[in-house]
Amino acid sequence: MNPPISSAEGLAGLVFLVMLAATGFGALIAVNAERTIRAVAGLALCFVGVAGIYYFLQSPFVALMELLIYVGAVCVVLVFAVMLAEPRPEQQVGKRNAIVGGLSFLSASLLTWGLVALANGAAWCKAPMRINEGSMRDLGQSLLTTYSMVFELVSVVLLVAIIGSLVLGRAGRSKA
Amino acid sequence: MNPEIVRVLGYIVAIIAFVALNAAMLVWMERKVAGHIQRRIGPKEVGPFGLLQSFADGIKLMTKQLIVPEGADVPLFKVAPMLVMIPAVMCFVTIPFSEQLAARNINVGLLLIFAIASINVFALLLGGWASHNKYAVISAARAVSQNVAYEIPMLITAITVVMFTGTMNLNEIVMGQAGGFWHWNILPIAKNIGMVVLMPVSFLIFFICSMAETNRAPFDLGEAESELVAGFHTEYSGMGFGLFFLGEYANVFIGCSLAVILFLGGWQCPFGLFPGVHWFLLKVYFLIFVVMWARWTFPRTTFYGLLNLSWKILIPVSLFNLVLTGAFIKVF
Repeated sequence: MNPPISSAEGLAGLVFLVMLAATGFGALIAVNAERTIRAVAGLALCFVGVAGIYYFLQSPFVALMELLIYVGAVCVVLVFAVMLAEPRPEQQVGKRNAIVGGLSFLSASLLTWGLVALANGAAWCKAPMRINEGSMRDLGQSLLTTYSMVFELVSVVLLVAIIGSLVLGRAGRSKA
Repeated sequence: MNPEIVRVLGYIVAIIAFVALNAAMLVWMERKVAGHIQRRIGPKEVGPFGLLQSFADGIKLMTKQLIVPEGADVPLFKVAPMLVMIPAVMCFVTIPFSEQLAARNINVGLLLIFAIASINVFALLLGGWASHNKYAVISAARAVSQNVAYEIPMLITAITVVMFTGTMNLNEIVMGQAGGFWHWNILPIAKNIGMVVLMPVSFLIFFICSMAETNRAPFDLGEAESELVAGFHTEYSGMGFGLFFLGEYANVFIGCSLAVILFLGGWQCPFGLFPGVHWFLLKVYFLIFVVMWARWTFPRTTFYGLLNLSWKILIPVSLFNLVLTGAFIKVF
């Protein structure tokens, strides 16, 4: 069934297509860009597209978290690292090789085929019918009940990462 | 045409027009406030009281050429000003101007504003880097470390409000503050006597952080004219610079309107009479006036002073505040 483009559903479908295109295009930029900073920008575009797809899957909370964490934090940290390290702009990554190219194409298509087969074979649960409600409450409850152990472990990993980076940062500094 | 689409288009046009008009009026207001604080008059030639000055400036900016500096990363250089503007406009989607006047009533509205506003930092970084200018890069690095430092206490104080009201829906947060200023979240005498002590602290932290997040003086280290020419937008001419400016003023409006919605009762009247969009705008523009007042009264802080204020004072105080809030909600 194809709703007309002037209806609300048709327009929503158009926005969905734009989000898909942003995801794919951003991913292509992230992989193919020669300058690191452009690759990060492509990655950010890809994340925005993924966030849009989450929104269409009726989980605005996850979409917003994707924006807040991945674009607002991860990409910013990546750009920050690039700015501080400042790699040379026109760095030749390595010569293109026919055999390597063919092998990578083969492995990429195998991976894609595997993912598609998984997606087609999996038993998907039905999308929740509530649009503006539930997802955040369910998420909070499951984080504090079913997955509380995982949640705590993740926070411990983050704590270790913070302390480790502090130790590494201190090590390079002379005692002043 | 479908009425839903007409509604969406209407809100888009109205919001963009409001953002532009708001920026024009705020530039005029800023210059007038600055003038009177420094015992000058401020702009007065163009139009009555100089009201049309910013429109004249806007036309001038739009007629200027966009110069791309040599060695700049051209696509990123051109994308950065738009990336400042788009999130600023998108944030308006969930701000309730009055009970009926909100483009979309989203259940996680507060989170939406924080999530979308976080893109702003990324745009500043890209603009600073793409300019191929050392001042711009230094300024972008400063702006980011500042934003990261102040986002933490801001989010923590926002959590205290969410804990107190029990919702992230901005509309419901305002609804819960109906019936006079003694119901507002900043001094909830009528609801929870314990929170009367904590909420002003939350408000103060939130307001300071929103000032710092929008790179306003005394926290405008990112565009310290005396050291960095003009900061991350040094290389931008014409409307490229204009968009950075529009985005900044839109963000000031968003920060102040969030403070009004969370703490000062949104569109509610202080005495419970005639609630509506006029009260909302009155409160927001009063807070914006306070922001300008602070800018022209206090000198710029040092960069270390800025980071120390956040990491050593605001974050511990806000964490302590969060714990106490949880306890007081249980006890009282």
